[in-house]
Amino acid sequence: MIDATDRRLILATQAGLALVPRPYHALAEQLGLSVEEVKARLAAMLERGIIRRIAAVPNHYALGYTANGMSVWDVPDERIRACGEALGALACVSHCYHRPRRLPEWRYNLFAMVHGRSRAEVEAQVAAIAALLGADDRGHAILYSTRILKKTGLRLAGG
Amino acid sequence: MALDACDRLIVNRLQRGLPLVDEPYAEVAAELGIGEAELLRRLQRLLEARVLSRFGPMYHAERLGGGLTLAALAVPEAELEHVSAKLNAFPEVAHNYARAHRYNLWFVLATETPGRIAELIAAIERETGYPVLNLPKIEEFFVGLHFEV
Repeated sequence: MIDATDRRLILATQAGLALVPRPYHALAEQLGLSVEEVKARLAAMLERGIIRRIAAVPNHYALGYTANGMSVWDVPDERIRACGEALGALACVSHCYHRPRRLPEWRYNLFAMVHGRSRAEVEAQVAAIAALLGADDRGHAILYSTRILKKTGLRLAGG
Repeated sequence: MALDACDRLIVNRLQRGLPLVDEPYAEVAAELGIGEAELLRRLQRLLEARVLSRFGPMYHAERLGGGLTLAALAVPEAELEHVSAKLNAFPEVAHNYARAHRYNLWFVLATETPGRIAELIAAIERETGYPVLNLPKIEEFFVGLHFEV
C-alpha cells in the first residue's frame, strides 16, 4: 500500500512528468520534499510494480497503427491458459487477458489487442491466431476502435 | 504530424522508460546523440501533437490497492456522443474507445478502492440509463512491451 506522501507524489505526476532538465528536483520543490526522498519513493514504487515505468505512452493512431482491433475469443475454459500464453507470445498482440463470459450477452473469455497499419493487416493477424488456436477457437470477433473518446490514464480523485 | 528519424528514435526510446537520475533527459539525449534541449523541445512537440498521449509515471491501479475493470455499453448510434460525454465526466473513466460492434463504448474504470467499482457501475447505469457489461480481468498473459515506429 502507499502512504500519504506517495499519494501526493502520484497526484503531482498523474498528468505527467515536468519537461525540465531536473524533473525530480521540480517535483521535490513542488511537494516540499528532498530530491533524495522523491527519487527513493519513485524507486520503491517502481520496485513494487505500483509504477510500471516512467515512460512515454504512444497514441498508436498518430503512429500510423490506425487499425486497432480488440480480438475476442471463445475458448474452452480449461484451455484458457495455454491459449492466452500462445497469443501473448505473438508480436502483433499488445495485451492479452482472460475475462469472464456474461451469457447470453457475451460469450468471449479471451481478449487480445491486435494492432496494424490497416484492417487487412489486422485481419491477416487474426486469421493466423485462429489457425494457431485450431479447435480451441469456438468463435471469435474483431472489435475495431473507431475513435478514442478519452485517454487520461489513472486519476486519483481530489487533490 | 510527420515524424522524422530523430522523433522515431525518441518515441521508441522513451517507451522503455526514463532513468531515476538528477538529469534524466540529458542522459537519454546523450544516448540518442542529441542535446538535452532538443530532446525536451521534441518531446513537448510530440505531446502537443498527441503523438504521445502522456509522458510520466505509469501507475498500476491494482497494485495501488485500487479497482480496475474493462466495461462496455451498447448504445444507439444517435446517442453515442451524449452517453459518452456523461461517461467521460466520471474521473474514474481512464480510457474510453468507440468500437464498431453492438457494444460500441468500451471503457476502463480505475478506482482508488476495489469496492468503489460496483458503486461506480451503478452510478453509470443510473446516469446513462444503459446496463453496463462488466468484464474484470481474471488473468493477464505476458506480452512484449513496446511499439516500434
